[in-house]
Amino acid sequence: MSVNGEEITRDIEGRLLLVHFLRDHLRLTGTHWGCDTSNCGTCVVWLDGEPVKSCTVLAAMADGHEVRTVEGLEQNGELDPVQRGFMECHGLQCGFCTPGMMMTARALLDREPDPSEEEIREAISGQICRCTGYSSIVRSIRWAAAEEAGTRTTATDPALGTGATEPAAAATSGSAS
Amino acid sequence: MTTVAGNGHRTAFVDNDQKPCGHGRMLRKEDPRFVRGKGRYVDDLQLPGMLHLAVLRSPLAHARIVSVDTTLAEAHPKVRLVVTGAMLAEKGLAWMPTLSNDVQAVLATDKVRFQGQEVAFVVAEDRYAARDALELIDVEYEALDPVIDVRTALSPDAPVIRDDLEGKADNHCFDWETGDAAETDAAFARADVVVSEDIVYPRVHPAPMETCGAVADYDAVDGKLTLWSTTQAPHAHRTLYAIVAGLPEHKIRVVSPDIGGGFGNKVPIYPGYVCAIVGSLLTGKPVKWMEDRAENLISTGFARDYVMRGEIAATRDGKILAVRTNVLADHGAFNGTAAPVKYPAGFFGVFTGSYDLQAAYCKMTAVYTNKAPGGVAYACSFRITEAVYLVERIVDCLAYQLGTDPVELRMKNFIRPEQFPYRTKTGWVYDSGDYAPTMELAKRLAGYDALRAEQAEKRARGEIMGIGVSFFTEAVGAGPRKDMDILGLGMADGCELRVHPTGKAVVRLSVQTQGQGHETTFAQIVAEELGIPPQDIEVVHGDTDQTPFGLGTYGSRSTPVSGAAAALVARKVRDKARLIASSMLEVSVADLEWEKGSFHVAGDPKASVTIQDIAMRAHGAGDLPEGVEGGLEAQICYNPENLTYPHGAYICVVDIDPGTAKVTVRRFVAVDDCGTRINPMIIEGQVHGGLTDGVGMALMEMIAFDEDGNCLSGSLMDYLIPTALEVPDWETGFTVTPSPHHPIGAKGVGESATVGSPPAIVNAVVDALKPFGIRHADMPLTPSRVWEAMQGRPAPPI
Repeated sequence: MSVNGEEITRDIEGRLLLVHFLRDHLRLTGTHWGCDTSNCGTCVVWLDGEPVKSCTVLAAMADGHEVRTVEGLEQNGELDPVQRGFMECHGLQCGFCTPGMMMTARALLDREPDPSEEEIREAISGQICRCTGYSSIVRSIRWAAAEEAGTRTTATDPALGTGATEPAAAATSGSAS
Repeated sequence: MTTVAGNGHRTAFVDNDQKPCGHGRMLRKEDPRFVRGKGRYVDDLQLPGMLHLAVLRSPLAHARIVSVDTTLAEAHPKVRLVVTGAMLAEKGLAWMPTLSNDVQAVLATDKVRFQGQEVAFVVAEDRYAARDALELIDVEYEALDPVIDVRTALSPDAPVIRDDLEGKADNHCFDWETGDAAETDAAFARADVVVSEDIVYPRVHPAPMETCGAVADYDAVDGKLTLWSTTQAPHAHRTLYAIVAGLPEHKIRVVSPDIGGGFGNKVPIYPGYVCAIVGSLLTGKPVKWMEDRAENLISTGFARDYVMRGEIAATRDGKILAVRTNVLADHGAFNGTAAPVKYPAGFFGVFTGSYDLQAAYCKMTAVYTNKAPGGVAYACSFRITEAVYLVERIVDCLAYQLGTDPVELRMKNFIRPEQFPYRTKTGWVYDSGDYAPTMELAKRLAGYDALRAEQAEKRARGEIMGIGVSFFTEAVGAGPRKDMDILGLGMADGCELRVHPTGKAVVRLSVQTQGQGHETTFAQIVAEELGIPPQDIEVVHGDTDQTPFGLGTYGSRSTPVSGAAAALVARKVRDKARLIASSMLEVSVADLEWEKGSFHVAGDPKASVTIQDIAMRAHGAGDLPEGVEGGLEAQICYNPENLTYPHGAYICVVDIDPGTAKVTVRRFVAVDDCGTRINPMIIEGQVHGGLTDGVGMALMEMIAFDEDGNCLSGSLMDYLIPTALEVPDWETGFTVTPSPHHPIGAKGVGESATVGSPPAIVNAVVDALKPFGIRHADMPLTPSRVWEAMQGRPAPPI
């Protein structure tokens, strides 16, 4: 198979899962593993351009196919706009779901360069984040979309409600006495 | 203008109400590695010669072990080691202490006491072979009747679970009470209105995306054990390993690398960690144990599981007089509650909430059942989640009974700003607070009056819409050490700061991040105090060989305790820098003025030296003032004077599908007051995550059991966690009431939203169901349970 553009050939057990092949054999540990039931999505990678849960793919099934992992997002030392969006908009906390989320986001933007909030939520709905509450992930992906469209105007736009300064409308003091 | 806290204490911060502390919203220093897939989690570690460990678990909830035959497993070609409880017993390692002074089996020797309990382990050459070999172990069990229903656990005919404890003849775990029973009874007798309700907070699970695991590496030559593990408290764990395993503490290094979420799940010591250590000791190789998701859900620390009777007494016009509660607490098979030892019910004592009461009383009985041990956080600040849920639910029941608006009722009963510091009827001293502006802001952001008008219109059309309110006060940042300890270890935290000759710095913390952004926030705190850019400050944490002793990150204690330590250690460095500056500028110390990053001569701003100049002088060849040593570094151990008490006002809007009874959280407004704000972006992230936890617990999550003690929630197909489709775009706001005793006025925020959101959501659902005559319905409010409530049958979940 090809992984992030590199041809890989290995003798493996037939039952070896793609996620374990990537992590344990190729040491591409950016792809994570968080459940036994294809629910959490921390293991999402691309198989021939489509996001798949690599805990549900046998490594042998990827034979002859193209796999792309989070390690393949950065190109020529340049972070992908999705990676930058996640940093700019606080789209991650513990970082465990982040690689899978970003792979799904990249695929979404390739298909739909200007996704709505609903489309983004639908796209990442097969993945669980326990830290962020998703709003900031949605903002991160919209940041990346705006960046690619050249329509982003400020550092955190379109991160609504969390600009570079505190939202003035929400600021009151605790002084009362 | 100096911000004045509600209690009149002045803080050192100018205009803090408008401006966050220490560079405010800055991007996180940890993110560049995470977005590249270069995080360093425990399971990412591969050491030369490393072996893999898998644990055999009990299929039964309660059974006597008749025999364990490991012959076939030992014959597996890739298996290096098989260990049973009997083998551990020979080494005195079959049992270990829990964080609540109980004991827990590392591997079962006599009986299994919950489904999923550890019975044996295998160490093999790869993780698949280790799993294969588990199938080859033959365990014969003699099934016993399990104790599952917490309400009958103390029946005289209930089987005794803990017959390992000498003389134990029942399933009683502990009794606990707080407040004044007689005073409370008297207040109830005086009341015009008394409302009572049975309220269940079901068993839930933190379920961090990364499960628990460890890599143990024992070096027989130098006798040193290194344990990389998913722990929120590396130093406390090191001490406990020293006590349990008898290894000298200086020969144990616990490393907590990047952690994929904790939420309290990674506070306890689990048998798997001990098994990994034993595996490495016996094989002489590094041994990795990573549990799978089912193991995480069925065997590691659960949260909540309180069956509560709440009662509230008030006058006719809505002045609350007293709150009384009786709690039945399910602690599972071993009492593994992670809480300071003098607080067996955690900080449940704050069930008096944010209200000025005349009396309060709680009586609690805790029992053993044949369920997984635990009783950990899950972002609950030591049981404050249960306490706040109880009081906020029962206050809403009172509003229902009185026909009063729930916001008005709360506003009428708030502790007033001039009453702080406020001693509650259960003995907690709230440091500062100013509740009305927070509630008002939430109302304004939500458009509360317009929402009520919308609700009236919709009700007239037969649509089901609810508006829920909650107001919480939390108690976070444990100690002080004289009151709070974990197995004798006082809850205080160390901090070390070194400024290098070129003015760059390294700060070493005793707390550990699981995603909270310590590497950023703590750099910002030091930056604020020393004027060194946060980019020039390296934050080191999560490694007992690299950091000073402290109790770790849970109960929202990092900023209240370690944040204070970081600020104070920086001030200590600044004090030394001042001495050096006085000699550099040839003026007396009294003539120096500090402006972030430099000292200058009073009245002559041009005569100044920067902290970087001072750092070089401190390490240089030139003279230093009399009595001043070279170097620019300091260390402290911060013992908090009190907890900090953040508060918040939450408003939730739900719609319920009349056909399917599915609840949709349409809007959620959260206004938090965590005192001085450091990084607003990170604070907002903490709040968002907690709100999502709240949706999970209120509507989806529950660890359920059948009558045989089978766990029905052992996968993420059965234990439902919110995805992006179940939660709205969060709306947040804030007020700032600094803590008077914290050096920068900060309070903890990590768990505020987890504490505050479940009652807001449940109150919203119950409010929506008002036309159906419903005053209370228990979590989780799944479509089927809401449907039952709509039919007038709001049954408890357990």
